Amino acid sequence: MRFYQKNRAMPMSMYGRLGAVEAAVEFEDLTKVYEMGAERVHALRGVSARFEKGSFWAIMGASGSGKSTLLSILGCLDRPTSGTYRLGGEDVSRLDDDALSDIRLRHLGFVFQSFNLVPQLTVAENIALPLYYQGVSERESAERAEKFAATVGLEGRLTHRPAQLSGGQQQRAAIARALATDPTVILADEPTGNLDTATSIEIMKLFRALHERGKTIVMVTHEPDIADWAEHRLVLRDGLVKEAT
Amino acid sequence: MTRGAWSVRVVRDVRLGVKNVLLHKLRSLLTMLGLVFGVGSVIAMLAIGEGASEEAISQIRRLGSRNILLRAAKPAADQNSNSGRARLSVYGLLYDDARRISETIPGVVRVVPVKQLEQSGRLRGRDLEMRIVGTTADWFDLVKRPIVAGRVLSAEDISGRAHVAVLTEWGARRLLATEHALGETLTLGGNAYEVVGIVRSEESDGQGMQAPDARTDAYIPLATARERHGDVFFKRTQGAQVREQVQLHQILVETADEALVEPTARAIERSLETFHRKKDYEVSVPLALLRQAQATRRTFSIVLGAIAGISLLVGGIGIMNIMLATVTERTREIGIRRAIGARRSQIVSQFLVEALVLSAVGGAIGIGLGVLIPRLVTVFAGMPTVVTAWSLLLAFGISVGVGIVFGMYPAVRASRLDPIVALRHE
Repeated sequence: MRFYQKNRAMPMSMYGRLGAVEAAVEFEDLTKVYEMGAERVHALRGVSARFEKGSFWAIMGASGSGKSTLLSILGCLDRPTSGTYRLGGEDVSRLDDDALSDIRLRHLGFVFQSFNLVPQLTVAENIALPLYYQGVSERESAERAEKFAATVGLEGRLTHRPAQLSGGQQQRAAIARALATDPTVILADEPTGNLDTATSIEIMKLFRALHERGKTIVMVTHEPDIADWAEHRLVLRDGLVKEAT
Repeated sequence: MTRGAWSVRVVRDVRLGVKNVLLHKLRSLLTMLGLVFGVGSVIAMLAIGEGASEEAISQIRRLGSRNILLRAAKPAADQNSNSGRARLSVYGLLYDDARRISETIPGVVRVVPVKQLEQSGRLRGRDLEMRIVGTTADWFDLVKRPIVAGRVLSAEDISGRAHVAVLTEWGARRLLATEHALGETLTLGGNAYEVVGIVRSEESDGQGMQAPDARTDAYIPLATARERHGDVFFKRTQGAQVREQVQLHQILVETADEALVEPTARAIERSLETFHRKKDYEVSVPLALLRQAQATRRTFSIVLGAIAGISLLVGGIGIMNIMLATVTERTREIGIRRAIGARRSQIVSQFLVEALVLSAVGGAIGIGLGVLIPRLVTVFAGMPTVVTAWSLLLAFGISVGVGIVFGMYPAVRASRLDPIVALRHE
């Protein structure tokens, strides 16, 4: 059942510039093999794609298709078994743990299905959490937290704890946190998976707005309706790219 | 990329740690309790031990570490026959002993014979039961008794058998209610002496209970004492009258060096054994007592250290236990922080600082307890206690060390969590 219209009304200006735009995310022939005892599980069997700066991609696929593995690698939480991954022009596929931590801190903003806010911190502190690790001063962190809370429509909720917020509000806080460091790419993993339809639409509208402001967004979802909000689709099946549009 | 100045990061980590510790106040308090009591009891026990041994050691030290002390001791056989009142017990050190020691034993610098007898003293109509101490000029030097007024006995007094006496401050006050007893005439058992000096009183001579004690001493030349008071005297104890003949009650022997004290003491003992048919003397070596007291103190410290180690170990296990629980409970938070870009080392420091906050606050409360308990012991049990600065530092240092050691494993474990797995943790 479809509750909302497919939104193909992409800003055409962006399409026009496509060829000239540099890649935010570029990966070639990524494979990932998990050793489960004696068994070898091929989660990715050679996946390549290029996501331009300012684009909004939806990665789709059934469970077991490899989309979670791909997101882990794109999120620098895991390394590919083989293949290369360039993030903002930098090859990050062979970096060590500390360097990957730094890449996550500098280039990536995460939005999760279950929001993943730190329960004992306030909304402002949660938004400023990556800034803490960047060593940004407390005053500047507070200013930025306020600014990004306003961006996602959470003005006046800065001192609330996550538990005092609705699911939609929590996800907005998580998006604000992902925006706080002005990352190269925002990675969203089923961002509407725990939300009702109306709230899902609110959140997707927020992603659209961010996209229109030039943010690069990569979103994993298994719901076609949600994927429709994105500009492009990368469909995986059995660890291979089935379709990229 | 900058991750901020080192000091700023530490301050922030500590604040985060304090915040997380305060989040579970009761739990944190219970966790600290082990270290609080560990640190508190270590400091308190060290303070009590230190107080006891300090007192013993200073008492022994007053006797002089290069000195050997010989005392007359009534043999057990004589003591049993106390009831026979006609009986005269003859025992103690001899004038010849003093002479022999000074002449024949190598390494001996000075020999100070001491004769003690009890007589009632009278000065301007006031009476006091006194202890006459017949000795030589060296005595004052050897026991390091400071002069309050006048002078102590001189060599001329001794050789000239002068009829002079030196009083203690306490005795002078009792007899005259002032210290200005110089030049007054003191009558001791019917013999007149001129008071030539006053020395500081000794609070206690270790023999304690018996009266008249060291505070009532009247020091006179030994030869005078022998000439005017003799060697035989009556002693009134427990209603019975005892006649005793004692030549010398004490002989103080000073040796040239601490290293000579023990061999000299053995030589003296051998010499005394030869000339005394019964064991009517005691040889005590303050240095040996001092060594013994110090050895006792060392043993005490080792035992305390072991107890301290165990109690702090228990406290540390408590901290580790709660930190492991915290890490498990906050697995997801760890995953979030790692995904956002926290390095492993930052996760380690976050949890290590938390453990350190627990152990440092526990240690600080323990110090408070450790300072309080000895006070209470002193007030209620009357035991001397000494809280030393190093015991506070030691106990606090160990407690922080325990925090580091036992906080490290949970912290490292937290940092080793796979962020992907940690994020899925429910």
